[in-house]
Amino acid sequence: MKIGFFVPCYIDAIAPQAAISSFKLLRRLGLDPEFIESAACCGLPMKDMGYARTACKVEGAVASHMAGYDHIVMPSGICADQFRNHFEDVPQTPEIKQICHAAVDLVTFLHDIIRVDSLPWASFPHRVALHNGCHSLRYLNEARPSELMIPDFSKAADLLNLVDGIEVGYATRRDECCGFGGTFAIWDKSCSGQQGLDKVNDYARNGFRYVTSQDMSCLLHQSCVARKFGLDIKFYYIAEILNGDAK
Amino acid sequence: MSRQVNQVKLGAEFIADTPHRESNDRCLWAARMRRDKVAATLPEWEQMRDLASGIKEHALSHLDEYLVQFEENLASRGIIVHWAETAEDHNDIVLDILRSHHVATLTKGKSMTMDECAMREHLESNGIEVNESDLGERIQQLDNQRDSHIVMPAIHKLRTDVARIFAEKLGSDPANDDPTYLNSVMRADMRKRYVKAQAGMIGCNYAVAETGTIVMCSNEGDVDICATVPPLLIVTIGIEKVIPKQSDLPLFLRLLSRSSLGYDITQYTSHISAPAPGQEIHVVMLDNGRSERLGQSYWPVLKCMRCGTCMNTCPVFRRTSGISYDANYMGPLGLALMPSYDLHRYARLPFSCTHCGSCGDVCPVKVPLPELIFYWRQVVVENQQSLISHDLEEGLMGAALRNSTNLQHAEKLGLWALRHTPSAIAESGINPWAEWHSNPVPPEQTFREWYKDNACHNDKKTDK
Repeated sequence: MKIGFFVPCYIDAIAPQAAISSFKLLRRLGLDPEFIESAACCGLPMKDMGYARTACKVEGAVASHMAGYDHIVMPSGICADQFRNHFEDVPQTPEIKQICHAAVDLVTFLHDIIRVDSLPWASFPHRVALHNGCHSLRYLNEARPSELMIPDFSKAADLLNLVDGIEVGYATRRDECCGFGGTFAIWDKSCSGQQGLDKVNDYARNGFRYVTSQDMSCLLHQSCVARKFGLDIKFYYIAEILNGDAK
Repeated sequence: MSRQVNQVKLGAEFIADTPHRESNDRCLWAARMRRDKVAATLPEWEQMRDLASGIKEHALSHLDEYLVQFEENLASRGIIVHWAETAEDHNDIVLDILRSHHVATLTKGKSMTMDECAMREHLESNGIEVNESDLGERIQQLDNQRDSHIVMPAIHKLRTDVARIFAEKLGSDPANDDPTYLNSVMRADMRKRYVKAQAGMIGCNYAVAETGTIVMCSNEGDVDICATVPPLLIVTIGIEKVIPKQSDLPLFLRLLSRSSLGYDITQYTSHISAPAPGQEIHVVMLDNGRSERLGQSYWPVLKCMRCGTCMNTCPVFRRTSGISYDANYMGPLGLALMPSYDLHRYARLPFSCTHCGSCGDVCPVKVPLPELIFYWRQVVVENQQSLISHDLEEGLMGAALRNSTNLQHAEKLGLWALRHTPSAIAESGINPWAEWHSNPVPPEQTFREWYKDNACHNDKKTDK
């Protein structure tokens, strides 16, 4: 099984710890992930803004480095969603289709593909709020969205519950979007900011001092809002807890 | 050229108004929670959504047959059917009917389809008094403001707002904002108008082709008064409202109110199939671009049955209110539909969305709203309607993200700025991020740098 490791642009620069913990965790699980160093960006920011032609160039460029892997693991739900569901501006060659199929979010990979059932090194004796990022939740099917009347499940919660001492909980508005939305946070800063503030206040009202998510982009937004408004909450990408790096 | 709607700016004004924002968000979220609760009591809920979507899809792909069948059934019982290709045609037809009956005053139930034609304004400018009978709609009429929600038109208002408007317009006690009192003020005023009305006008929720039945769902009973008290009734129906059979109807009725308000069924579900003795009924079937839309890739938006649940769940809508969309259809539905009416005017709407996907998952007829919103963003860009600031951002990002070399240069620049810009500047107004956020704490190393220093040389067994 040849495993590629794709590091999204925003994680490389601003939240490298998410990728470091993920990479170490994969190795610790006995795998040999290959960091795809020459790959830059999945094209999501351009695609999201409607710039299909620019997205096409960025998609084509990134794909040229990603062929030949059975799985391409990425510590980011939004990017995995982009590869799996929206990577449609480049010509849909068999090679591109294989890449889109191989692209997988870390949580799906751990839960569905290698089926992790123990994490003996991980301990986190705290109550932690799980934020299922919207793309992981509603587009990658990593948990039951509260809107759908289907049997309950949550892949991220299953993994977290393998960690010693952890108590997983949720904000009152369990799957309410936190308002990051990529470039939305810039072009509609008031709405994005208000959504973020409502979200972190929801954690605070429920007494959460720790928050985790499979989507680091949501956490970057939430953590910066929480700090701005003086809330003492720590935010950890899920792999930081699963690998025992979060203290 | 039409003036472009700036939802972001109007939304920011509403966000800054804390009491109104909190009330709007609380009321609509409560509707969403009720919806979840009642939907969860039906084990077949998701099958119902699939089935309803399938029936709508079938009806829309056989509109030519079902519309003719519907018309023939109506005509066979003496209902007069008109066809309006455009909003102007619709308004002309309605005005002709009213003039030929010497109507000076009428009462009208809530109809988004009539609002789409700006019918009330047209009739009023032609000297006809139009009295809205739906409480929320009447509040909005008295306040001279658009609806903020297709089902709850005045949901963004506080009861103190209603007390002020009623005091100004109806002479009630401005200090009394008790809902029962305000309701009684409205009722007393409307009763007089119902008695005077020479015509009633209503919309339609479902047009059953097989039986030629006009089905209207409401909660206040006002629609039934409009439909039965005056001697003349005019019904406006968008052509997408047709469903094939009477046996399809219960499915839609079970979905509608549960989705919309979280109640099992609407208080009133009225079936109109023939004029009462002495009554005359006209039906105006409105196209206004629908048959054009049917041939486009965004056709699934025509499945919409106007329940408003996408608005209740939308995190942007709840915080910015429907007023900020300055459009007949607002919220996720507005984003997916309004650009097809006027691409320039509504070019910014598709961007008022975080892509959380909740609207698609609550929609009872499975309109793929997130996909349609995505689609319109591309259309806006292709038609050169995007904002210069977006173009600039796209240009910079496109260059920075094209390959890993550019990315690393951009990262170095960004991280340098993050580390060295004095906080007085970094946290100031020139940084749009800083109004609601602290700046991210710059890491010591990027992942790439960490990888070079550690992982790529290490034996994987020692890297624990």
